[in-house]
Amino acid sequence: MKPSYSTKIVLFAYGILAIIFLYLPLLSVSFASISRARYLTFPIKAYSFKWYTKAFESDTVTDLVIISLKVASIVTIVSMVLGFFGALAFARYNWRFRHLFQKVILLPIFFPQAVLGLALLIWFNSLGVIPTWKTAIISHLVWISPITTLIIAIRAYSFDSSLEEAARDMGASTFTIFREVTLPLLMPGVISAGLFSFLLSWGNFPLSLFTTGADLTMPEWLYAKMISGYSPLVPTVGMLSISVSLFVIVFAFAVAHLVRMIKQARI
Amino acid sequence: MDRLNKRIAYLSAAPILILLLVFFVAPLLVIGIYSIMPQKSFSLLAMPDFSSYSLIFVEGYLKSLFWSLVLAFSSTVILFLLCWPLAYAMAKIFNRFTLIITIAVVVSLFVSENIRLFGWLLTLMKGGLIEGLLRHYTGNGFEGALYNVPIIIFGLVYVYFPFMLFPLMQGIAMIAEDTRQAAFDLGATRWQVLREIELPLAAPGIVVGTLLSFVLAAGALAESKLLGGQTVIVLADDIETAFTYGQNWPLGSALSMLLIMIIATIAVFGISRVDIDTIMGRKRS
Repeated sequence: MKPSYSTKIVLFAYGILAIIFLYLPLLSVSFASISRARYLTFPIKAYSFKWYTKAFESDTVTDLVIISLKVASIVTIVSMVLGFFGALAFARYNWRFRHLFQKVILLPIFFPQAVLGLALLIWFNSLGVIPTWKTAIISHLVWISPITTLIIAIRAYSFDSSLEEAARDMGASTFTIFREVTLPLLMPGVISAGLFSFLLSWGNFPLSLFTTGADLTMPEWLYAKMISGYSPLVPTVGMLSISVSLFVIVFAFAVAHLVRMIKQARI
Repeated sequence: MDRLNKRIAYLSAAPILILLLVFFVAPLLVIGIYSIMPQKSFSLLAMPDFSSYSLIFVEGYLKSLFWSLVLAFSSTVILFLLCWPLAYAMAKIFNRFTLIITIAVVVSLFVSENIRLFGWLLTLMKGGLIEGLLRHYTGNGFEGALYNVPIIIFGLVYVYFPFMLFPLMQGIAMIAEDTRQAAFDLGATRWQVLREIELPLAAPGIVVGTLLSFVLAAGALAESKLLGGQTVIVLADDIETAFTYGQNWPLGSALSMLLIMIIATIAVFGISRVDIDTIMGRKRS
């Protein structure tokens, strides 16, 4: 039974509505960031980019960007490595504890992040470690490397293991097989996992809140200003954070497109 | 050769398992030990007295727990009803549009949740996008729509939308078209097909989606704080207060344990019923 034409139209409209629902708040933030007034009311009376100039001149904002970037970059690299090996154990090999392993990996994703952040804070305290942005990297990894594992695992499921066997039959060592066969085959998964982990770490708030100590990431600073001591820079810094994410996404898509074109040109 | 593969499997699993052991399992154990320490203790070696757990029942913490569960439950139900038609259309009806919605939803996930909630604050407050423009063009304003219970549920629905949508879509994609068709041919009504064919066949996706939304919403903090003001105190709020301003780690730990136990019961019950290989799209061999 095929859906009727009118049903399709209704569902299509529903889909568009869902997208509007997702992006409406960001529209408000973007308008607020270019409003001249210190305290915002709609309709906006005068527009200006002065808050952006202020943000770029501010040392606080520079520090926020640097710390957020440092955390996200290191999390990306480490979680790509952890996720690559994790995915092999998750999907590629049949071993005795595989099903148990799959469930263990899912646990941190099914866990409230704020409570995880607090638990880690207490743990670091018990170990005598003072929380800084470095401990935030660890807390992000606990949540993000299971996610990268899942993403790479999707790729690893369609893995043709006879390719590895062929390489082995021809005398390749385990390490050579990893480097020449396994890694290139899983590469698309590894790269999209890296993209996810950068963006998720960049925007993460509940884990950072409790594990960065005196250092602040962008989402944390925004939250602090939202609940007390509002600053007109909040929408601007929010927009800056969004712009970086967008830039990374567009860049990644452009590179992916370029690679595909080069590959096609070769054939 | 098979033995070599097994050895590689154990070695590949090791790094992430060690990470989770040291920074996921161990912290939770420490929380478990703190929860039975005497009040305001900062040591793990004091005489355990379980006083924090009795405190939960004396002071108003059960009320926060109740609110957390009510908010999580209502947002999960609403999410399921909202997402089902869209997930259905994405899995079965749309072609290119599925990709567009998928990208739009995933990209929205990368914006920090507090920025998006702040955006709703600007949209819904008095003088915000909706009220401000309405008053400007019609002359009639209204008090902002913020700081009440429905708006917290709205915030939860908004933030956890993707966590329901994608698993549902995945589940619905597992419904074989032939089976539906056969049921219709045998004279089943639409309602019967939904109840007897579609819901049971999509069950793995439904289980994962509802679990994920419920669990995450039960531990959520920012929605009630940013959109709800202080109308309702949720359990995660109490936990944060106990650890930070309260400086009472045993109490915070006991409250965390309460939340963890509830979530773990639900999650373990749900995850054990689902075959992960099937959901992730592994071909059956």
